[in-house]
Amino acid sequence: MSAPLLKLQLFCNRCANYVKSASYKYRFSHKNIKNVSYSVKRYFKTTTGPLFHGEYEMQDPKSPEEVVNITFIDKTGKHIPIKGKIGDNVLYLAHRYGIELEGACEASLACSTCHVYVNDKFLDKLPEPVEEEDDMLDLAYFLRENSRLGCQIVLTKELEGMELTLPQATRNFYVDGHVPQPH
Amino acid sequence: MYILPRLCSRHLRQVLQKSCSRNLSTSSKNVPHVCIVGSGPAGFYTAQQILKGHPAAKVDILEKLPVPFGLVRFGVAPDHPEVKNVIHTFTNTARNERCTFLGNVEVGKDVSIEELQGAYTAVVLAYGADDDRTLAIKGEKNPNVISARSFVGWFNGLPQDRDLNVDLDTENVVILGHGNVALDVARILLTPISVLKKTDISQHALDALSRSRVRKVYLVGRRGPLQVAFTIKELREMIKLPDCRPVIHNNDVKDLNKVIEDLPRPRKRLTDLLYRTSMEPSDTDSQLWAQASKEWELRFRLTPAEVIETEGKVTGVKFYINELQGEDLVNKIAKATSETEDIQCGLVFRSIGYKSIPIDPFLPFDERKGIILNKKGRVENRPGLYCSGWVSTGPVGVILNTMTWGFETGKVILKDIEDGAISSEGKQGNQIIKDKMLSNGKQLVTFSEWDKIDLEEIKRGAEVGKPREKITQISEMLKVARS
Repeated sequence: MSAPLLKLQLFCNRCANYVKSASYKYRFSHKNIKNVSYSVKRYFKTTTGPLFHGEYEMQDPKSPEEVVNITFIDKTGKHIPIKGKIGDNVLYLAHRYGIELEGACEASLACSTCHVYVNDKFLDKLPEPVEEEDDMLDLAYFLRENSRLGCQIVLTKELEGMELTLPQATRNFYVDGHVPQPH
Repeated sequence: MYILPRLCSRHLRQVLQKSCSRNLSTSSKNVPHVCIVGSGPAGFYTAQQILKGHPAAKVDILEKLPVPFGLVRFGVAPDHPEVKNVIHTFTNTARNERCTFLGNVEVGKDVSIEELQGAYTAVVLAYGADDDRTLAIKGEKNPNVISARSFVGWFNGLPQDRDLNVDLDTENVVILGHGNVALDVARILLTPISVLKKTDISQHALDALSRSRVRKVYLVGRRGPLQVAFTIKELREMIKLPDCRPVIHNNDVKDLNKVIEDLPRPRKRLTDLLYRTSMEPSDTDSQLWAQASKEWELRFRLTPAEVIETEGKVTGVKFYINELQGEDLVNKIAKATSETEDIQCGLVFRSIGYKSIPIDPFLPFDERKGIILNKKGRVENRPGLYCSGWVSTGPVGVILNTMTWGFETGKVILKDIEDGAISSEGKQGNQIIKDKMLSNGKQLVTFSEWDKIDLEEIKRGAEVGKPREKITQISEMLKVARS
């Protein structure tokens, strides 16, 4: 099927979903961000079983009440608006839309490859990082006050309009060929 | 509505773009062929970048062993399985239809770099650091002075280290070095067997550790607490080891609280943890530690002078006591005084850094730093030859660093292809490797054959309650691969 016809079909689907009044409340505990993917698995079982890494984020929002619009700013400064939904893990949402957020350890707080800068207005709306997240952030390039790990950010309605900037991590670093880092 | 004209123009743009790129790249004789030597993180991340950045480029990843993944498989500690999740990303890359994994191929023996350069648009050396730094002190050659790298290879099932003679029949161990590898060694020596036996640690290591008499581990560094190279996550794990007491001397850390505020955040948090553990332990912790049967002790400002041997056995290490010099709070130099100190022990681990080796005598190599001479990944004076990962930067860095460097090198290669700095004309790719392996009677291992080895290891692990039981002999790996 050609590209414009596909787009038309998607548009029609979106209209149909809008017309259907499906809306359900998602109760979300802020107590332990680290286990949120587990809580997501518990709440969002489908007939085929619980959802795993990234499957939830591949699903479109079922209603406008669910939608959370955020913007990624990539390393070239380009603004990429993304339509997410409540409960989306920022790392897997980024993967869905081809944003260059690596996530090597798959959201298990064992690396810092999903490091993002959160724009200040929204930094306080996020729950405090757990100690393990801070430990991993200590290893990130160009750590700033507004640094967070993308795999620990889960979208809520409050985060509508949030901007996440990908850090620069390149030539500057290897100007003389060697910078001491732990291993 | 307004959408239709936009859809049309976007569709039109896409059609035009596709026809342009078709003209530029896909006539089969000019498809770039890239060869990556080494299947660890550097190799895979470089491959990932090239496959992503070019619609037709083919990438071959060569590996000396029959099994892929390098240090992710053989370097990451068995009790850190989350760090190994990156294997899923690498597996995806290997399964890309334009990517071919060729295992059991030793570059420098089975095929030369020169031959590879004749068959590939670009050759990327990403073979990491197989060796480690030595101290050149008396007694270092005693069998009970072991390189941390070999010990890690031993418990992680690296074939060349499986027969390492590790004599754990001693109470005291000295580890020279204050990095994360030193902490890994200490942690594996002190972790209860009940915990280790549920990991993918190799069975021969588990057996030896079950019989271990080790009770006390000294972690000795040349400089002070502000110069430790280990990171906070690993330090926390050491502090929380069950049935184990951390010993950090008050005198070594008591003045640190005065300077903590001036430190950058990572160093500040780490120093704060050292300080609080020594000066302000909680009552609960103090009680737990009082009852612990094992302990580890951090010692600072000591440079090893000699390994003391008695009747052929290691009985201790003599150290020079250092003073720290330099204006900077953190960047200090250790200067040996004439005073010495002896620490008694029966086993010594040397954890002072890995080192790369030149796999070809004509590689421009910096012996002191242990790296291939390169500018941004381009090997000096060798067009078409690149390097990535530890062999190009030096053996320091976690996955994040290697990933970044792998992506950078990948981008440099893509740029050179685009600029025409390197040519794909007449480059045939891996046929030469296949021909040479055949004529040498050596078995090639494909990625789907690695899948067989993988499944077999998982199966054997399941029988003993482990995530996998690694096959530690190359001949056995090859047998499973061709079964």
